Amino acid sequence: MTEIVDKSRIGVADIGDDYREKYGFRDPEEYFHKGAKGLDHEVVEMISRMKKEPEWMRIFRHKALDIFLSKPMPTWGNTELLRTIDFDNIYYYIKPIENQGQTWDEVPESIKNTFERLGIPEAERKFLAGVSAQYESEVVYHSVKKEIERQGVVFMDMDTGLRNHPDIVKKYLSTVIPSADNKFSALNSAVWSGGSFIYVPEGVDVKMPLQAYFRINAENMGQFERTLIIADKGSRVHYIEGCTAPVYSSNSLHSAVVELIALEGAYIRYTTIQNWANNIFNLVTKRAMAHKNATVEWVDGNIGSKLTMKYPCVYLVGEGAKGEILSVAFAGNGQHQDAGAKVIHAAANTSSRITSKSISKAGGRASYRGLVKVYPQAVNSKVSVECDALLIDGASRSDTYPTMEIDADEVRIEHEARVSRVAEEQIFYLTSRGLTEDEARLLIINGFIEPFTKELPMEYAVELNRLIELEMEGSVG
Amino acid sequence: MNNIKSIFSFKDIHVEVEGKEVVRGVSLEVKSGEKHAIMGPNGSGKSSLANALAGHPKYLITSGEAYIDGMNLLEMDATQRSRAGLFLAFQYPLAIPGVTVANFLRSAIKARDGNEESALANFRKELKQKFQLLQIDELFATRYVNDGFSGGEKKRLEILQMAMLKPSIAILDETDSGLDIDALKVVSEGINSSFSKENAVILVTHYQRILNYVKPDFVHVMINGQIVRSGGAELALQLEDQGYEWVRDEMLEKVGV
Repeated sequence: MTEIVDKSRIGVADIGDDYREKYGFRDPEEYFHKGAKGLDHEVVEMISRMKKEPEWMRIFRHKALDIFLSKPMPTWGNTELLRTIDFDNIYYYIKPIENQGQTWDEVPESIKNTFERLGIPEAERKFLAGVSAQYESEVVYHSVKKEIERQGVVFMDMDTGLRNHPDIVKKYLSTVIPSADNKFSALNSAVWSGGSFIYVPEGVDVKMPLQAYFRINAENMGQFERTLIIADKGSRVHYIEGCTAPVYSSNSLHSAVVELIALEGAYIRYTTIQNWANNIFNLVTKRAMAHKNATVEWVDGNIGSKLTMKYPCVYLVGEGAKGEILSVAFAGNGQHQDAGAKVIHAAANTSSRITSKSISKAGGRASYRGLVKVYPQAVNSKVSVECDALLIDGASRSDTYPTMEIDADEVRIEHEARVSRVAEEQIFYLTSRGLTEDEARLLIINGFIEPFTKELPMEYAVELNRLIELEMEGSVG
Repeated sequence: MNNIKSIFSFKDIHVEVEGKEVVRGVSLEVKSGEKHAIMGPNGSGKSSLANALAGHPKYLITSGEAYIDGMNLLEMDATQRSRAGLFLAFQYPLAIPGVTVANFLRSAIKARDGNEESALANFRKELKQKFQLLQIDELFATRYVNDGFSGGEKKRLEILQMAMLKPSIAILDETDSGLDIDALKVVSEGINSSFSKENAVILVTHYQRILNYVKPDFVHVMINGQIVRSGGAELALQLEDQGYEWVRDEMLEKVGV
């Protein structure tokens, strides 16, 4: 099939493979440690012991497990699918190798090849300031450019962060998302492993993005990375994460907790391209605190997974803080993307913008679930919410659940929601110029998500368009 | 008939829209180097004919024959017709939000040319030339296709597409409507400069005005889904003077009403 996206500019390889070949392959399991399935206090104890953690973290985990065990499943979202998660049939901790590599040569051949196939080392050479590669429960490779380190930027896996910077971790961890926030944040707090720890010192501008890549390989794996990013006063950082997994017939679980803290005048952008295999439950809690005049932007692309429930959130706690959440969800056959956004205005002169785009095809379901809350003290705030859903065919579904609680005066609010179909007339217009119907649909979709892709670094924009092209192949019905 | 030079022909074409017959037996032969005008009042079926020939799924050709360069047009879908050299300039061009004019044109050129490298080699240069010809600002390339365009801009974009895609037969459906006199001149110039001995054009129009700038070799008058009269350029002037009523009266006389 002819390609629509102009990749000639940057020379990405030819397309046409499907997920199974391109991302869905699996490696043989030669793990340093793979425990038994299921979860109890013994498993938590084992994880903490293997990681040689401080006592406070051991207690933190056990407390979180109690919360997890006592909390019911969410009563909203796709409760039917949530009920099918069998917590006893999941591996909670798999340590693939004994020691993390600082160079790719230190990483075992098969794992290194996996990341090569996913294009990570290449991206690292080209335009990243630092890379973290997590495989199952542990970060197997981590490297940061020297100049970034010289600026005092800390970028390491969360376990190392806890060892090397215990004071900062203890000060901030779980302050944005308490263990008891929801059942899955409790689960993550109990069994977390890996993830990124980033501290950007005052006034430092990290010009190139930092990236983490998360790979699940084993069947019935549970991946519970924990990420904490602190941008000190006036600093700037862009963090990107990507994720894929092999295709299996039974389910795996990915349940991350991501906490961002943007101190006065700081800027954090957090970009996600989620492309999990269609047997993965992706139940993630992401939340940011934006202090005075700070800006936090979530750029969140969801393409894969069986069920995603994820609502990146910004708490605007300081005067003049800004929050932006820009998301795209693509729901194909057998997928439910229950994605959205949450903004809490808790200070005056704060502003937020939510732009949500969803595409459903072949019976897929995309839901926007959003909350904007403006507290009485948040006078003179601005809120803008725009939800745009595109249905590719009659079998697909889109729902919007927007909630607004405005308790302050002098708040400017804009809200728009649209559901549209790919119009037959548009298709005819494009086919009359020589495009096939498939190409026409794809071009319309690429246009639809353009407000999102234009915010991505070029390489990721191309990758996203390519992923959607893969998803759209043969979808004409 | 000299079929060797015929690049586009159709015979006894009938078209239905939602079960209603709107074109009732229309025939035409177009040879390379020819300009034809199909004129007629509103609702005469001329736009339906144009859309049906381009392969619009709503405009069903129920009987008749059509050929482009000797190939059976009616066996092709819209994509294939375009790739075979047919171009329809839309009366109401559609917006494709988020897709820039440049990306759209590049995609269209790529789609029709298997060897994308050669197709795109001169793309930028050519686009620049066409922009100048049609007096279009270069920023136009970065705007989204027809999204928030004025009527005149939309029509210019249609002609720009024609100029870039180089069809062997272009059907221009009311390209003159909604244009002021300056825009009409520019668009006409665009049409004339895309035209050569190797291709042909069919102007579908209500008014004679554009024919002052794009001189037709043949004028056909369409009423009630049929071509009721054909002639040279002078026929258009006669219509301008006397309106469509006399042709209609003449037609009614002919059938003996």
